[in-house]
Amino acid sequence: MPFIPHTDAEVSEMLNSIGVSSIDTLFDEIPAKLRSQGLTKVPDGMTEMEIARLMRQRASQDERGLCFAGAGAYEHHIPAAVWELVSRGEFYSAYTPYQAEASQGTLQLLYEYQTMMTRLTGMDVSNASLYDGASALAEAILMAVRAHRKSESKRILIPRTVHPHYRRVADVTVKHQGIVLEELDYDRTSGIIDPASLPVQPGDVAALVIPQPNFFGALEDVDALTNWAKQHNILVIALVNPMSLALLKPPSQWGATGADIVCGDGQPLGAPLSSGGPYFGFMCCRKEYVRQMPGRIIGRTTDRDGKVGYVLTLQAREQHIRRSKATSNICTNQGLLVTAATIFMSLVGPHGLRNAATASHQNTMELIDKLGKVNGVQKIFSRPLFHEAVFRFDLPVSEVQRALAAQGILGGVALESYYPELGNTLLVCATETKTSADIDMYVDNVARIAGRLQASKCPVQPNMA
Amino acid sequence: MLIFERAVAGRINTAQAGNPANAVKDIPADLLRTDPPGLPEVSELQAVRHYTRLSQKNFSIDTQFYPLGSCTMKYNPRGCNTLAMLPGFVNRHPLSPDNLSQGFLACMHDLQEILKDVTGMKGVSLMPMAGAHGEFAGVAMIRAYHDARKDFARTEILVPDAAHGTNPATATMCNYKVREIPTDAQGDVDLEALRAVVGPQTAGIMLTNPSTLGVFERKIEAIARIVHEAGGLLYYDGANLNAILGKVRPGDMGFDVIHMNLHKTFSTPHGGGGPGAGPVGVSERLLPFLPIPIVAKQGDTYRWLTEQDCPQSIGRMSAFNGNAGVLLRAYVYARMLGKQGMQRVGEYATLNANYLMVKLAQAGFELAFAKRRATHEFVLTFRKQAKELHISAMDFAKRLLDYGYHAPTTYFPLLVPECFLIEPTETEAKQDLDGFVTAMIAILAEAQTTPDALTGAPHTLPVKRLDDVKAAKDLDLAWKN
Repeated sequence: MPFIPHTDAEVSEMLNSIGVSSIDTLFDEIPAKLRSQGLTKVPDGMTEMEIARLMRQRASQDERGLCFAGAGAYEHHIPAAVWELVSRGEFYSAYTPYQAEASQGTLQLLYEYQTMMTRLTGMDVSNASLYDGASALAEAILMAVRAHRKSESKRILIPRTVHPHYRRVADVTVKHQGIVLEELDYDRTSGIIDPASLPVQPGDVAALVIPQPNFFGALEDVDALTNWAKQHNILVIALVNPMSLALLKPPSQWGATGADIVCGDGQPLGAPLSSGGPYFGFMCCRKEYVRQMPGRIIGRTTDRDGKVGYVLTLQAREQHIRRSKATSNICTNQGLLVTAATIFMSLVGPHGLRNAATASHQNTMELIDKLGKVNGVQKIFSRPLFHEAVFRFDLPVSEVQRALAAQGILGGVALESYYPELGNTLLVCATETKTSADIDMYVDNVARIAGRLQASKCPVQPNMA
Repeated sequence: MLIFERAVAGRINTAQAGNPANAVKDIPADLLRTDPPGLPEVSELQAVRHYTRLSQKNFSIDTQFYPLGSCTMKYNPRGCNTLAMLPGFVNRHPLSPDNLSQGFLACMHDLQEILKDVTGMKGVSLMPMAGAHGEFAGVAMIRAYHDARKDFARTEILVPDAAHGTNPATATMCNYKVREIPTDAQGDVDLEALRAVVGPQTAGIMLTNPSTLGVFERKIEAIARIVHEAGGLLYYDGANLNAILGKVRPGDMGFDVIHMNLHKTFSTPHGGGGPGAGPVGVSERLLPFLPIPIVAKQGDTYRWLTEQDCPQSIGRMSAFNGNAGVLLRAYVYARMLGKQGMQRVGEYATLNANYLMVKLAQAGFELAFAKRRATHEFVLTFRKQAKELHISAMDFAKRLLDYGYHAPTTYFPLLVPECFLIEPTETEAKQDLDGFVTAMIAILAEAQTTPDALTGAPHTLPVKRLDDVKAAKDLDLAWKN
């Protein structure tokens, strides 16, 4: 029996001790007519060898050579030691550190993580993670509404330059509480929040979300936006890529005051692409808002002998204590991914993180330069960017994607279904994992496809029969 | 010692630092960072040694019996991890087109079908990323259902007082008023109290069955009838699904919506607090509201159903496709178990729990519900020891750590004073259960003869009992050097 160790002799002995004749008797409190008649769709069991063959076959089916897609999930190099360590049973198979004395490994690591995140974002405090970037944004919005002491408003300003899926997740999560997300449009030329879309008299608003870099890769004018929000008594929620913070100004320094809440997806810090998860959401804030934070928080304390140790703290915010009055219903978060991120940041250090961010950016700039020379392809936004850009094609992007895929290249993410006004566009990203040869391969293939498709528009059609 | 205290300025782990890149010239200075972030500067060996040593300060399933009630700490098969980490899965971008993702989508579709079968539900969405996230999806679907029928008068969710804290917290997030239902002396829902509060304002009831008291809710059919007749829906909190896996299906009990904790029942790792996965299953009438995306099979090909296909869906729960890597681990586990193995899960989890309960009762421990069968877990109470010996459940818990056992869940369920919620799971062998009983007997003897051994516990761990009050009072949440 897979993973069940009992021998027949042990089962008899155990039943004997209980005083019943069969295992079935143990279910005698369940009304007979509710008992399952057996499963029909679950297949027969497989050995590890058999399932390994099936999974290898399926995994190899999806294998691609080069990934130039980003859009919230980025391929970065992950040091081998990260997942070697994360996969240690002592991390992998432990649970939420309720028994602090028996969980000092996880607890100290989480405290180190919180410290690293405060240093990356410049904020006072960090929690121990949320599910992913999208749900972290949703929680940040709920938190801002709770935390804003001078406002009862449930209005949130959210630009269309925020990841479309993030906006949808945020809406699903907050709308039941009467919170309204008001969208701000973007400038079609620069690719950032249109300053004209900021209301002159915004009225009572709880928070403004500022993405940096935004979904298009473009860099928002974070100082001006933060100052505008502060002028109107609006809290600032910064939505950032943690890798970018090795290069970009931390949200604590935005404008005259800095942001109030910082959130985002931690995936670039050691989590593989893995079809979208598990990643982890992070959240940092000013100290004055810490009691409004959702999720686990680790604190440093001492034991009876005065020795330093770590515990879950401020638990009075949480569902297992406060029940219907909790700051959130979140319980399990993404501990193992935070373990990966903490080890990742230790291994690469400040230099490695900066070098990875810089190389990612410069590879994208090289791609922009080379792709921009291809006839029928143009980069559409003028604003400075970080490691991601939008290109418009004179031909259907679906054909570009298909032709690139045939060469083993994932060419980017098509934007038309999210932004119909942008037409035939691809969001493209080259991280530090790409070489000049990889970039040339991408560009050469696009040039070939563009050339072929343009040639086929020639009035003299080749005879294909 | 913290990793920061091991760091030396200027030490660069060159193998992981990449090539020193040229300065960035195309980003305006006012957008750039001036000081590097204060991350630790350590060698690869220092980092590896530091985190290896930290890991050794943890109790885990792989190193200790971990009978944490309601958390189903069973063995996490290594094969599930290895196969979910295959390059084709790990390197797949979440927005890869469907036609380049048939291997992954096939696994997700198969998993949806397996979960439908084991729960008796009509549709499944794999998207929620943890149990509480699944609860949110479930209650949001209940709201969407009533709204679609223009039945806006339903403003209350009923929750038994024994429920997990996530239930009332979730109902509040969905803007429902929470109404608690008392539990009777035998651990079942008080039907009279339920009848007294259901009505046209009832949106639904959230139930865990078996309940958090470690007993099966025997009146479930009556509860379903009462709530359904009032026009409410039944929500199944799948925290305790392991107890009945293959034996009873929530769909057959009358539940309309359910979440499953794959990190419990389907043995994906708990990871020191996640990631989990909390798929939701629904009955026929809630099908249109399932969170997206969902995998559909058309002929021999698979594709994601999204906004266009499911206009009434409550929407997206995550940026991409939920905790896909966790779902792959659960899928491998489900295929290894197969239908026979899955039926045995509930049986052997129940056998182990009842055996442990009987052995502990014989040893003189007081059961909270002595007249009931244990399900996959059961509740002990130390109220006698607390009163007579001034030894609390927490003292017992901390002393167990010295004996090399992770403590059971303490002080939950809230209804039972000074309690342990003990869940051994099906993957523990009889001799490990016997070892736990021996330790409990030894500690009970110590409680009478050398109570300091308990009140001063733990004695053998990296730290002694930690000061929670100080942690909350003198907040220190990040290292400052």
